[in-house]
Amino acid sequence: MAINFLYPKFEVIRNQDRCISCRVCERQCANEVHYYNEESKVMLSDESKCVCCHRCVSLCPTKALKIVKTDHTFRPHSSWNSEVIEDIYRQAETGGVLLSSMGNPKEYPVYFDKMLINASQVTNPSIDPLREPMETRVSLGKKNIDIERDENGKIVDNLPPQIKLEVPIMFSAMSYGSISYNAHESLARAAKELGIVYNTGEGGLHEDFYQYGKHTIVQVASGRFGVHKEYLNAGCAVEIKMGQGAKPGIGGHLPGEKVGEDISKTRMIPKGSDAISPAPHHDIYSIEDLRQLVFSLKEATNYTKPVIVKISAVHNVAAIASGIARSGADIIAIDGFRGGTGAAPTRIRDNVGIPIELALASVDERLRAEGIRNNVSLVVGGSIRSSADIVKAIALGADAVYIATSALMALGCHLCRNCQSGLCNWGIATQREDLVRRLNPNLGYKRVVNLINAWTHEIKEMMGGMGINSIESLKGNRLMLRGVGLNEKELEILGIKHAGE
Amino acid sequence: MIAEKYMEGNVRIPSGCAISGIINTDGKKINGEDIIKSIEVMHDRSNGLGGGFAAYGIYPKYKDYYAFHLFFDDNISKKECEKYLERNYDIVEVSVMKTRKTVSITNVPLIYKYFILPKKSVLERLQLDEREFVVRSVMKINSEFKGCFVFSSGKNMGAFKAVGYPEDVGRFYRLEEYEGYSWTAHGRYPTNTPGWWGGAHPFTLLDYSIVHNGEISSYDANRRFIEMFGYTCTLLTDTEVITYMIDYLLRKKNLTMEEMTQVIAAPFWDTIEHMDEEDKKRYTYLRTVFNSMLITGPFSILLGFEGGLMALNDRLKLRSMVVGKKNDTVYIASEESAIRVVEKELDDIYAPKGGEGVIIKVKEGVL
Repeated sequence: MAINFLYPKFEVIRNQDRCISCRVCERQCANEVHYYNEESKVMLSDESKCVCCHRCVSLCPTKALKIVKTDHTFRPHSSWNSEVIEDIYRQAETGGVLLSSMGNPKEYPVYFDKMLINASQVTNPSIDPLREPMETRVSLGKKNIDIERDENGKIVDNLPPQIKLEVPIMFSAMSYGSISYNAHESLARAAKELGIVYNTGEGGLHEDFYQYGKHTIVQVASGRFGVHKEYLNAGCAVEIKMGQGAKPGIGGHLPGEKVGEDISKTRMIPKGSDAISPAPHHDIYSIEDLRQLVFSLKEATNYTKPVIVKISAVHNVAAIASGIARSGADIIAIDGFRGGTGAAPTRIRDNVGIPIELALASVDERLRAEGIRNNVSLVVGGSIRSSADIVKAIALGADAVYIATSALMALGCHLCRNCQSGLCNWGIATQREDLVRRLNPNLGYKRVVNLINAWTHEIKEMMGGMGINSIESLKGNRLMLRGVGLNEKELEILGIKHAGE
Repeated sequence: MIAEKYMEGNVRIPSGCAISGIINTDGKKINGEDIIKSIEVMHDRSNGLGGGFAAYGIYPKYKDYYAFHLFFDDNISKKECEKYLERNYDIVEVSVMKTRKTVSITNVPLIYKYFILPKKSVLERLQLDEREFVVRSVMKINSEFKGCFVFSSGKNMGAFKAVGYPEDVGRFYRLEEYEGYSWTAHGRYPTNTPGWWGGAHPFTLLDYSIVHNGEISSYDANRRFIEMFGYTCTLLTDTEVITYMIDYLLRKKNLTMEEMTQVIAAPFWDTIEHMDEEDKKRYTYLRTVFNSMLITGPFSILLGFEGGLMALNDRLKLRSMVVGKKNDTVYIASEESAIRVVEKELDDIYAPKGGEGVIIKVKEGVL
């Protein structure tokens, strides 16, 4: 056998004084790190398999376990660092494309962390959200309509279809297949309770979840898996997925081993077959083709559902968005380069696309400059981590945000970034029945609800501080933001002033 | 002299203020002295850095012409601007604004008054209606012509404003020599020293004039939205953006005055939920369609327009405003004292609720 060049990334530290050899770690680890040595009567570990998901740590009843990053080292080099070297070894060994999951972990600037929010002092009052109404409701969809009146002069309701959200947060697309049945159920139920929506992703809609239709965005992606007339009409909106922030320019791949009975039925593909979404939609090679798909979907849904076009944030995103805003689409969703994924080629995840903050600022500004911002609503996602990020995104010009990683974290995800293995110990990114069962939707959905409620409270506090009592008055309100440590060009693109100005 | 970068238009200047309005619903003329007396009582609500008035029905002789009031820095800017006006308008009269020397009013710019009408040929070439063309002219002059500022552009009405206390501004402009059926006044308390006359209130566009007390927190959301429709906010003041929003909703979207108030000071969703079906539908529609036109943060505004006056508070009523009535005259002011000083015995006096538009129109046919 060839020499293994790779040293385990993590070390499992087991405090043998505390360990009672209950073997729960062994049973809980789908990666088979832990094992019991009958002879010496102690628990041991094969650290080469550890992904640092903390399942064992969380379940160890005596807190005997912790995972630490290994301090094993190559001779330090700032450009040929250990990650670079290990990737080369890995590829030399396999000849394959490197795969990873979840968002880009590299140290690119996080612009959200370089913007600060305003508050009222003296000249206008801040508003206490515990005493006064504080509104977070938004409607997504086209607003550029002419006022029509009937013969009595009353305004005729000619409002195009909208998505109504009690808070400007939606769960972004994650397919049934990439995540488990129980994860989907948790998100769907949370969306219903919160008065927001979740998104089917490109895997179709399980028949059990049609009951959450009002809170569901159904996605149409390049593979067209699970798309049929009832599906399109089941949700509150239809989303055309043109791109994903984690992997702009490429498609998706659900390996055959994840396509069991249920997924096969939902996706309408044979059991055990790979589900491959092509990189482009093969009926969309240009913007005029997109318009045709938008209207095909509107015809199929009798013009009762808004159509979302989701793109990844790439260099000329502003021009692309401008084209989409004139394509008949009602909503544009932009996914930033730090957005999550169930699996993506590592090099693409880490090197393609642009930060969502810059993409959002330039798209919003361009659409306004062209006078068409009102044609569409703007939704952004890809690394929205907290209520503060949401406030900043809305002040930059977003109507709402998409979140996924943080929702999964509420369900237990520890960001071990190994979704592609299908061995998610938390029952989220897996189809293995024993693992899926670990995620209890009754508890899971409540945790997601808690997270969004907590964020909503925080959003209201920040709005109140600014003296704003409707989130609509925060949208595009860039005077409420100041940059810190940003250069002139960055400030210009973000359309904000520097702190102190 | 204050540095250029702190001048109005280069920075946003929050202001506190006093406002007052008087209107006669029979269209009877009121002398300018009343409104000066009213605003003078609220002296402490201003700080001497801006005052102004709007008067309706004061130019009956030229009532079919747009009365442009302009500030010029010097004769060079005046010439440039006049060239533009001559190219595009028929000018029936040009005159220097009548003023009187007032100790406390200094740094006086050139102030001129033009009665003009857009040339038919120009309107035909641009395929614009008269009012839209006038709006665009005002935008153009105020944003592109250095040293020129149109501070009044309506028919049979005029705005008068300056840096100073409002009562001094009123006497400077000799308002006791004007007779109008409707008047508004403003005393300003800005938080820096703009020292520029254009920044005083009222802010006007066509026959709309706005005086406002407050600091709206939705400012940039409103500004960035309205600028999509050909308006350019050069002053960075609330009053400017509110005027454009009102113009857009009334003139371009053809909303009624009442519907307009329901958009900019929309009721809370909670309140809308409890309305009867028809109201609920209308309010939901207006809030949804015009979601970027909601104004939050404190404001009390008086909107003067041809034949009427509208008063509106923000939906939380974070600024004081009272309405008083005596026979066919209606008084609106930041403080009751400003009404009592002109009319001691009122038939009625009340404070309108937050978001409740008070619309007063002169009786049909009397004007």
